[in-house]
Amino acid sequence: MLAINNIEVVYDRVILVLKGVSIDVGEGAITTLLGANGAGKTTTLKAISGVLRGERGEVTKGTIQLADRRIDGMRAHEVTKLGLVQVFEGRRVFEHLTTEENLIAGGHVQKAGSAVKQGIELVYSYFPKLKERRHQLSGYLSGGEQQMLAIGRALMSKPKVVLLDEPSLGLAPMLVEEIFAIVGRLVKQEKLSVLLVEQNAAMALAVADHGYVMENGRIVLEGPADKLRNNSDIKEFYLGLNEGGARKSYHDTKHYKRRKRWLS
Amino acid sequence: MSEDLEFAFALVLSGASIGLMYSLIALGFVLVYKATDAINFAQGEFVMLAGMIVVSVLGFAGVPLVVAIIVVLAAMIGFGFGLERVVLRPLLGRPVVAVIMATIGIAAMLRGLGPITLGIETRALPLPIGDEPIVIGPASLPPIQVLGAVVAVVFFVAFSWFFKKSRMGVAMRAVADNQQVAQAMGINVERYFAIAWAMAGIVSAMGGIVWGSMLGVDVQLALVGLKVFPVVILGGLDSIGGALVGGLIIGVVESLAAGYLDPYVGGGTKDFAPYVLMILVLMVRPYGIFGRRQIERV
Repeated sequence: MLAINNIEVVYDRVILVLKGVSIDVGEGAITTLLGANGAGKTTTLKAISGVLRGERGEVTKGTIQLADRRIDGMRAHEVTKLGLVQVFEGRRVFEHLTTEENLIAGGHVQKAGSAVKQGIELVYSYFPKLKERRHQLSGYLSGGEQQMLAIGRALMSKPKVVLLDEPSLGLAPMLVEEIFAIVGRLVKQEKLSVLLVEQNAAMALAVADHGYVMENGRIVLEGPADKLRNNSDIKEFYLGLNEGGARKSYHDTKHYKRRKRWLS
Repeated sequence: MSEDLEFAFALVLSGASIGLMYSLIALGFVLVYKATDAINFAQGEFVMLAGMIVVSVLGFAGVPLVVAIIVVLAAMIGFGFGLERVVLRPLLGRPVVAVIMATIGIAAMLRGLGPITLGIETRALPLPIGDEPIVIGPASLPPIQVLGAVVAVVFFVAFSWFFKKSRMGVAMRAVADNQQVAQAMGINVERYFAIAWAMAGIVSAMGGIVWGSMLGVDVQLALVGLKVFPVVILGGLDSIGGALVGGLIIGVVESLAAGYLDPYVGGGTKDFAPYVLMILVLMVRPYGIFGRRQIERV
């Protein structure tokens, strides 16, 4: 559905952030992109959605294809019209608009007003809490509600591909599970393809079909999610488990190795 | 009603109608600031330009006023679009100061361009509304002030509806809230910037007609723009309702100052009273009465 082929991203014309990244997002599946802070996950998403430009970033090499069309070099609002939408990290709702107005703004690419109304009803059916808060300023919603609104707002453009950037950020574990369950349903019922960026690797690998691991602007590991779950490096560094699968105790790790002294 | 009260009523009424006319111009400023975050120091000059276009068109013998109004509306919309495209778009993403300096430069250019093309004499802009004062209770108002107030109210109702109810208006507020996210939602941000400037052009065109008719059209007409600042600081830089209320307050304060203080100091309080109020407001509510606060969730 979405194919990223060996892209390089340069900020300010000098800083090379992505060094040849290739990702395939399958149709109707959740693909997850894992990695530590600063690995380049968010930059990858921004390169795809086209908002990179406004931050003085540029895709200098490689191609990005949505279905059969090249979308690298397109402007963000054009990409959204083609059916790809990004849900930003940290919710980023339009704080001074009400919940419903956020959804109306999200449905901007719809030509017909009736399509916007239908979209709003669809979002409310997945996120009933939003309906209760429809006339409230979204800046005053709770974190979980804001995340639901951010996802709902993205759905308003009737996307085929959704880029989800850290939906679990700053939310209680119960809410995270609730939101991931809804995302799972959306993928099945609305036939969405999702590229999910997460730091919560356990959660992400549990819902995803396929996974990529990113370090320093490169993809270092790739595979089906269940295989990644059993990979020993992933277990140790991302899931915090030891070889046997038990939770790792940080008491046991040595903080330093005793240096061998040749003299004395 | 006693004579004192009647005097006060007349002052308040006249101040309110003038205030609404200030609001009309302030509306142009607010529309631009709300959507694009640009502070437009040339708002008064926009009004002057509009007035000059109207008198120039009326200068051709036999041109009816309706045609002149259509021409000025079209010209100011074009001016707004053009200005955004040529001057402001290249400055996108630059520091705020760059945009401010650019609008100050435009203001200076327009002020120079007026006398060069039209000469320095004040031209009259006659409207077919007569000179007969309109009596309201114990006071009376010149018809142009009543017309100006009505035009202002009509525009406020129209724009409030636009921003609350229309999809385009909601999109515009989304742009004002967060440009990057708006873009990712499929909103063409630059197009909305251009629309905001064009709307400022429309409002300025109407402002040019009513203010030009009241004061006469010359370079001095640009000075009404100075009143925009106390009005928008008082009401809130990005609030349409604030521009309305701010204009009313400034108009009334000005009128009361002129009525009650001028006899003691010999005149001039009208011009500085609004600024005293502005400074006081800045100390107490820096975002104005209706200005939007940073929303903080705790």
